[in-house]
Amino acid sequence: MNLSIGLTVNGVRRDVELEDPRVTLLDLLRERLHLTGTKKGCDRGQCGACTVLVDGRRINSCLALAVSHDGADILTIEGVARGDQLHPVQAAFIAHDGLQCGFCTPGQIMSAIGLIREGQAGDDPERVREGMSGNLCRCGAYSGITEAVLDAQVIVSLVEADQRRTA
Amino acid sequence: MKTFDYVRPTTISGAIAAAAEPGAAYLASGTNLLDLMKGGIARPNRLVDVTRLPGLDRIERLPDGGIRIGALVRNADLAHDADFAKSYPAVAEALLSGASAQLRNAATVGGNLLQRTRCGYFYDPASACNKREPGAGCDARDGENRLHAVLGWSEACIATHPSDFCVPLVALDAVVEIEGRTGRREVAVETLHRLPGDTPERESALEPGDLIVALRLPSEARAFAQHARYLKVRERTSYAFAVVSAAAALRIEQGTIRDARLALGGVAAKPWRARPAEDILAGASPDPAVFRRAAMAALVDAKPSGDNQFKIELAQRILVRALMLAAAGTPQRIPALPASPFSSVPGALHHA
Repeated sequence: MNLSIGLTVNGVRRDVELEDPRVTLLDLLRERLHLTGTKKGCDRGQCGACTVLVDGRRINSCLALAVSHDGADILTIEGVARGDQLHPVQAAFIAHDGLQCGFCTPGQIMSAIGLIREGQAGDDPERVREGMSGNLCRCGAYSGITEAVLDAQVIVSLVEADQRRTA
Repeated sequence: MKTFDYVRPTTISGAIAAAAEPGAAYLASGTNLLDLMKGGIARPNRLVDVTRLPGLDRIERLPDGGIRIGALVRNADLAHDADFAKSYPAVAEALLSGASAQLRNAATVGGNLLQRTRCGYFYDPASACNKREPGAGCDARDGENRLHAVLGWSEACIATHPSDFCVPLVALDAVVEIEGRTGRREVAVETLHRLPGDTPERESALEPGDLIVALRLPSEARAFAQHARYLKVRERTSYAFAVVSAAAALRIEQGTIRDARLALGGVAAKPWRARPAEDILAGASPDPAVFRRAAMAALVDAKPSGDNQFKIELAQRILVRALMLAAAGTPQRIPALPASPFSSVPGALHHA
């Protein structure tokens, strides 16, 4: 069965022919589009390493069939920086040592970007921890991750306020 | 994962026709189904993708004061809908205590209602499981079964239903609208899920091709909004299924409970409505002794199915705690740790 789908990935339109409907969004990103920043950890929706934004919302790409997401707008870790300028969440993870081995980090950062967009956590560290509980870190960098998310949230809101003023 | 045909119908009638064939399964977000397919537990020949069906993603206030939620509404969107969360706070709290933010963004209302048990033997194709393979036996009976059912179980199956969402739904008399080959019908969520008996492979009242299109909560359920909680004991603070959970909703007038709604999760193959306990509460004053008596009545028929005697006492204590929290009043905002009986402050007694 040949299935053709179109996706917008990091702002670029991509048309993909799928020979098999079993391909997950995660495998499509990694194996077909060679965007290997999105990680395959458990592949069963338990670790969060595969987190990407689909139409602006964070989901586990390992539990998403690619063919079902025909037409979707996907943002992966490769698409968040502007050239050499890191996304505020990326910069905050470095500033707060929100990582050790780095394997979970792309998923953590995409999840944090999603969490900030959702706007539910505010400046409450407990709500940030709860909102990030779908992302496991085997190195245990959680305290740095929480600090990074809280810090990045302030910077993102300042940047957005600035953009609104200049728009 | 076994391969399958993939179809994406654009009408409900087309979906029903495609899914009524043997071996077909509906696909919504797939957060449970794809996991089961990867493990070889679900092996559909055909996936009928319902995510593009029109009109199933709306939350509507009904003229009679009830609410109608399309089957494709995402769990996160429902929980954060301001009118819904205000009117049915225990349901919103239950939704937010389930899974992770990523899964709640994807998972649908219809899919949550139909999620499969998390019994480890069901999930392990090398184990005997009557639910997966009728007549094969049940390895859970003499296995690791401390988290298994204490109510309504049978020798054939001791699995529990994993949903948080369904627990307050059952307490509040929610109804599902089903489209099938013979037209539209309605089923109470309380009777949607079946107890195992001798046929644990039959988990719900759905027939081949049946599609849940919407969920309705009656306007009467709004009357409990001031005193409604969901409480859930997990083996870690967040992102875990319930060991035991409880939904408690009270209508209190002048210091007396006029009406009570109670249901338990994690104790049976279906969300467990505790009507005998509700009867004890109606007309009583909201105090711990009455709550304890109601909790005992709720579990009077419970018996351990293995190393899970503790769940009977735990369920009673969680019911009492849920009732105390409900009587104290629904919080203005859902707590930072939704449904958690544990405080984030070390040593503090939690009354979130």
